[in-house]
Amino acid sequence: MTSVSAERAYTLSHLDALESEGVHIFREVAGEFERPVILFSGGKDSIVMLHLALKAFAPAAVPFSLLHVDTGHNFPEVIEYRDRVVAEHGLRLHVASVQDYIDAGKLRERPDGTRNPLQTVPLTEKIQTERFDAVFGGGRRDEEKARAKERVFSLRDEFSQWDPRRQRPELWNLYNGRHAPGEHVRVFPLSNWTELDVWQYIAREKIELPQIYFAHQREVFQRNGMWLTAGDWGGPREDEKVEKRQVRYRTVGDMSCTGAVDSDAVTLTDVIAEIAASRLTERGATRADDKLSEAAMEDRKREGYF
Amino acid sequence: MTSTIDPLAGLTDPVAGTAIDTLRFATAGSVDDGKSTLVGRLLHDSKSVLADQLEAVERYSQSRGQQAPDLALLTDGLRAEREQGITIDVAYRYFATPRRRFILADTPGHVQYTRNMVTGASTAELAIILVDARNGVVEQTRRHAAVAALLRVPHIVLAVNKMDLVGYEEKEFDRIVADFAGHADELGLPGFTPIPVSALVGDNVVDRSARMGWYAGPALLEHLETVPVGGDVTREPARFPVQYVIRHDEVRYYAGQLASGSLRVGDRVTVHPSGETSTITGLDVLGEDAAVAYAPQSLTVRLADQLDVSRGDMLTAGPDAPALRQDVSANVCHLADRPLRVGDRVLVRHTTRTVKAIVKDLGGAAELAANDLGHIRLRTAEPLALDDYAVSRRTGAFLLVDPEDGATLTAGMVELG
Repeated sequence: MTSVSAERAYTLSHLDALESEGVHIFREVAGEFERPVILFSGGKDSIVMLHLALKAFAPAAVPFSLLHVDTGHNFPEVIEYRDRVVAEHGLRLHVASVQDYIDAGKLRERPDGTRNPLQTVPLTEKIQTERFDAVFGGGRRDEEKARAKERVFSLRDEFSQWDPRRQRPELWNLYNGRHAPGEHVRVFPLSNWTELDVWQYIAREKIELPQIYFAHQREVFQRNGMWLTAGDWGGPREDEKVEKRQVRYRTVGDMSCTGAVDSDAVTLTDVIAEIAASRLTERGATRADDKLSEAAMEDRKREGYF
Repeated sequence: MTSTIDPLAGLTDPVAGTAIDTLRFATAGSVDDGKSTLVGRLLHDSKSVLADQLEAVERYSQSRGQQAPDLALLTDGLRAEREQGITIDVAYRYFATPRRRFILADTPGHVQYTRNMVTGASTAELAIILVDARNGVVEQTRRHAAVAALLRVPHIVLAVNKMDLVGYEEKEFDRIVADFAGHADELGLPGFTPIPVSALVGDNVVDRSARMGWYAGPALLEHLETVPVGGDVTREPARFPVQYVIRHDEVRYYAGQLASGSLRVGDRVTVHPSGETSTITGLDVLGEDAAVAYAPQSLTVRLADQLDVSRGDMLTAGPDAPALRQDVSANVCHLADRPLRVGDRVLVRHTTRTVKAIVKDLGGAAELAANDLGHIRLRTAEPLALDDYAVSRRTGAFLLVDPEDGATLTAGMVELG
């Protein structure tokens, strides 16, 4: 009878529950949509998404392609990682290039040099031209308070706009993906994950990450209270002093607005301990774009940002 | 209460029982009951609010001329909510203590947002119903209790807030608890845990209050940490809605998430609605070959026979078969702004299956408006494999969807009768 009592005590650990839910979401999309795509930046959240997708459809291949919105301000380590993963799993990669839009005069560089807000138009146009009907994003509700109100299946009009007051109610695990031609659905399989969950899962699954997530020596300079990496994108200015520090990145985004944090965390276990002890959210610590205003994220989401 | 998180929590072997689990819970309260303040207090005092989040709240509170940081701003994330000082939409919050991880669905209380509470309650294992100690049980409270009963939320907490404004008096608390107990009985709520709190001051939220010596029960967070979660999977019927068929090397893998119960290699299974049967030859739980799988694991199933099984079918095992019905009776909450009328043609979304249906009856009413709770009879174009919602919150639940524009119209909870 011991086996029966062991079963009664059976509950999924929080990581197993999150993994199971994420896989369920991927399979729902595969069952309901014609042309899904996974937004893949080479950041940890998109890497976990891809890992879930690989598990969801094993032993067959992932039935989706990847889409990278390339700001042109990339960390070389991340681009190298992206290309290696794409080749390893035989995936197809689409790139929507902000630089192409600037070169063609369709987008103008902002005075502060930040390109994150410029991603929306290339992303939206790529979705339209490729006729993607479901777009997986790595957004998590714990990241930011506008994201806390986001659905797992989030309907977008042909301009990719998000209207928080017209969201569909989402009950049980019944996701409604019906949409009109030209509309699409943003899908967030990591909605219920926290930053710590992502890292614990990466450790448990032994998922390889770009090296910039771990402590390393880097030449950086300070701007708006963040350590930025020097580069062609426009830093440092004359009054900004470059120095060598031991840092790592908590998030990976556009180089012009993604800051490094001082860190000694060399291994995954170090990183997890550091995050568990941190008194700052990852966006607060590393993202200049969210500090623009109280509603910066809500405004960008309304306009079709991730 | 400390909130030191073990960095390796969740990395331990889950089957050994050492890993922490998750409690999903929902909050509901009327306007000005102090719900957002309670949630803010829970997050703040459990040290789940990080420095930059608190700084943003302080900045905004000061800009509005408030002295103390308004903890409600931690959850009211949309601009319209901050401007109006009310919660409009469901917000999900995440926090952890050394004992458990929490997913909180923070839902608005006003009657025009009943649908949001229904949404939050649909996945909750516990609901906190908040009342103002000065007002006691009001119409809104009864509605929240009715929603919790309808959605079959397994655990209910009655949080009697603003105890500081009634002098921390035991008799005030007892009066409200007795009043609520009467309604709970009528609604068939399984029971509830009453806790006297002051969210503003922090009494009995995270730490037990010294100001209410007459109260011997746990503080709210303590209760949230210890309430049992999850059902007894060995007593549930085995239900496996097929999401997707993976074909590889001539083998068909039926992919899905176990909605309830467990499946074993060797189990005899029935495919619904066709009624064909076969035997499980293999189970794969996300890369691990398994002899047995439990809800709510995602997995693939292999069968001994080549059957025509596709998305929308359901595999079941064991003695308790689901009911195959084309005439469906259910309790409903209408969610959409446009009304639902007798004679409407709709789509029914049940597990992974979508079928056409006609609304035959609305409990005698001609139509249901947004936020109405009611009763429905549907006639579906094809049979559905149904369980009573009281038996399974997964296979007893459905949505009605507008076939024209895809809008989610109504939430349904099956009554097999």
